[in-house]
Amino acid sequence: MGTKILVKEPLICGTTSKLVLSAPHIAKSARPGHFVMLRVNEHGERIPLTIADTDPVAGTITIVYLVLGKTTAELEELSCGDEILDVCGPCGHHTHIEKKGTVICVGGGTGIAAMHHIAKGHVQVGNRVIGIIGARSQNLLLFEKELRGLVDTLYVTTDDGSYGRKGLVTEVLAELLTTEKDLFEVVGVGPVPMMAAVSECTRPLGIKTTVSLNPIMVDGIGMCGACRVTVDGKTRFACVDGPEFDGHKVDFAELKRRLAAFREQEARSMQAFKQARA
Amino acid sequence: MPCQEPGIRNKNFEEVALGYTEAMALAEASRCLQCKKPLCMQGCPVEVPIRDFIGCVVAKDYAGAYAKITSSNSFPAICGRVCPQENQCEGRCVLGKKGSPVAIGRLERFVADNAATSVSSGQIAKKGKKVACIGSGPSSLSCAGVCAKNGLDVDIYEAMHEAGGVLIYGIPSFRLPKDVVAKEVEGLSRLGVRFLLNYVGGRTVSVADLSKQYDAVFIGVGAGLPVFLGVPGENLVGVFSANEYLTRVNLGRAYRFPEYDTPVYPGRHVTVFGAGNVAMDAARTALRMGAESVNIVYRRTRAEMPARKEEVEHAEEEGVAFTMLASPIAFQGDDQQKLRSVILQQMELGEPDASGRRRPVPIEGARVEMPTDLAIIALGTRSNPVLLEATPGLALNERGYITVNEATGETSLPNVFAGGDIVTGAATVILAMGAGRRAGQEIVRRFA
Repeated sequence: MGTKILVKEPLICGTTSKLVLSAPHIAKSARPGHFVMLRVNEHGERIPLTIADTDPVAGTITIVYLVLGKTTAELEELSCGDEILDVCGPCGHHTHIEKKGTVICVGGGTGIAAMHHIAKGHVQVGNRVIGIIGARSQNLLLFEKELRGLVDTLYVTTDDGSYGRKGLVTEVLAELLTTEKDLFEVVGVGPVPMMAAVSECTRPLGIKTTVSLNPIMVDGIGMCGACRVTVDGKTRFACVDGPEFDGHKVDFAELKRRLAAFREQEARSMQAFKQARA
Repeated sequence: MPCQEPGIRNKNFEEVALGYTEAMALAEASRCLQCKKPLCMQGCPVEVPIRDFIGCVVAKDYAGAYAKITSSNSFPAICGRVCPQENQCEGRCVLGKKGSPVAIGRLERFVADNAATSVSSGQIAKKGKKVACIGSGPSSLSCAGVCAKNGLDVDIYEAMHEAGGVLIYGIPSFRLPKDVVAKEVEGLSRLGVRFLLNYVGGRTVSVADLSKQYDAVFIGVGAGLPVFLGVPGENLVGVFSANEYLTRVNLGRAYRFPEYDTPVYPGRHVTVFGAGNVAMDAARTALRMGAESVNIVYRRTRAEMPARKEEVEHAEEEGVAFTMLASPIAFQGDDQQKLRSVILQQMELGEPDASGRRRPVPIEGARVEMPTDLAIIALGTRSNPVLLEATPGLALNERGYITVNEATGETSLPNVFAGGDIVTGAATVILAMGAGRRAGQEIVRRFA
């Protein structure tokens, strides 16, 4: 008895899709910042994916993934009506959200989807949310429409200038930091270098900066320590202590290295998968 | 007991100990003196009527023997394989004073593997009361078994995708084959127990919600978070907790990668820190994954190692090396921050500590560097906060484990019970089963 895919929406052809899953028991308690652990089939690996949206009334959760390895490639082969064998959650601590004023939410890559859920939470409590999203190119941008309808102002950047402003999200962020006066928090969700850059941007000003980390996980409920990260010099488990941490205190270089720990095996798995499909 | 040859078994994940033949079991059972006051039974945490079941074996009444054992232990096929018998029943056997004790564990296993037994839910009158168990390890399975056999409806909520808890993700198949666990899980299913997989207690479902839906709730979520050493370099690529290493191999079937997708980190020169059963399991697993050398590093000596004697012997036979009186003080990496070596502080034994074991003290200036590309830390666990943080009003002790009434297993929340490692801290399968059983009996007393 798996978890049924109710809607599949390709966001970037062949590499990124959005799935709406029937999971009433997860939707009931899931909040922004939570993630799920998922296993596609009997031979599959458990991977964490951040919840991008929920609808407790309809009993659904939304996930967004980038095809990076075999698990996500197999996910991409599933269609509307198919089932994912195991979906477990919600895992992790949810985002701490309270009404405090203006928050800037920065998203990059598939992290935009996770950032969307956090931004939505802030909007719902009455905070003014400024969104900044970025991607390498226009065709790689996600959730722009959803965010436009949600946040106060949305800034868009592309590395190649094909859409929005040419450049990085942090360039927009740096400017906003000089003009936005009653800013209480910056949230960054995206690739590790982006989250590190966002944290460096806000560090001199001492603005609270929250990042959502995405280390390798096995069980997702604290049992294994695969996801350990160094925060403020101390080892923390992203699955049970996070996944959100103070960006000014995270050792991003270590996180990046640990994310690459299984690169060889991942490549081997992906290659075998491609050969089997060829 | 016959075993696979060390040089063969250290390359496969099939069970090491092959079990008694009937002739062997009868010969062993006939050694039992049938003591008037059986001390073996006192040595058993759940007081299995050992003398009586062995008596049944002698009479070739295996169904009778199984019934005797299961009157106090629901899962003899598991306990016969994983109990530390030398510290329990066999440690108290009178024959052990002069020679070798009766091999009670092996006989228990023989009975469990050879007695044809099944109870179907059709024979049990339903009481119309419901019990939720959180976690599906030894304590929950025992609690569920007692409740279901007494006509209560039981739902087990398990966070992982497979039922069995530590029996599945922790103990390797060469020591406890997965089909032995699966058989017990199926047995419970036949009794009508429902397994709800992928439900995280405290996240997907809360104790408060379950308390509204069920007459009683049992918390058996296990101890949880692996303890790390807190030394420099511990987060280098190549340093793992035993929980992670074993979970990848056991639950994730990484020994069949890439047929199964979960990978395990390859190590040529493996070091394992700790000397309990988990350390032995990790070391022997690393050998089977193709390591050239595996070294168990322990800060005390052989005599203080907490692992089952048989596990230590099996590990040694298979080629695991032991480095005693050494404690890691730093891990060192290469230019890509991958583990390259560990610095060991050499120790000597000093005065006895609170546990009665002589305390290891560092020998000043005595440090050595040991090359290693995969380090596995097996120093135990601490309390998992996931369910506890989400359960207001649940009283905990100073170590962060759940406080229960010893006689009933009831927590500070009415009709919410707990047992196993989340109450005691990391302990044995049989103690967890005993606790689950005790709570189950109390639930039955109240609701059946």
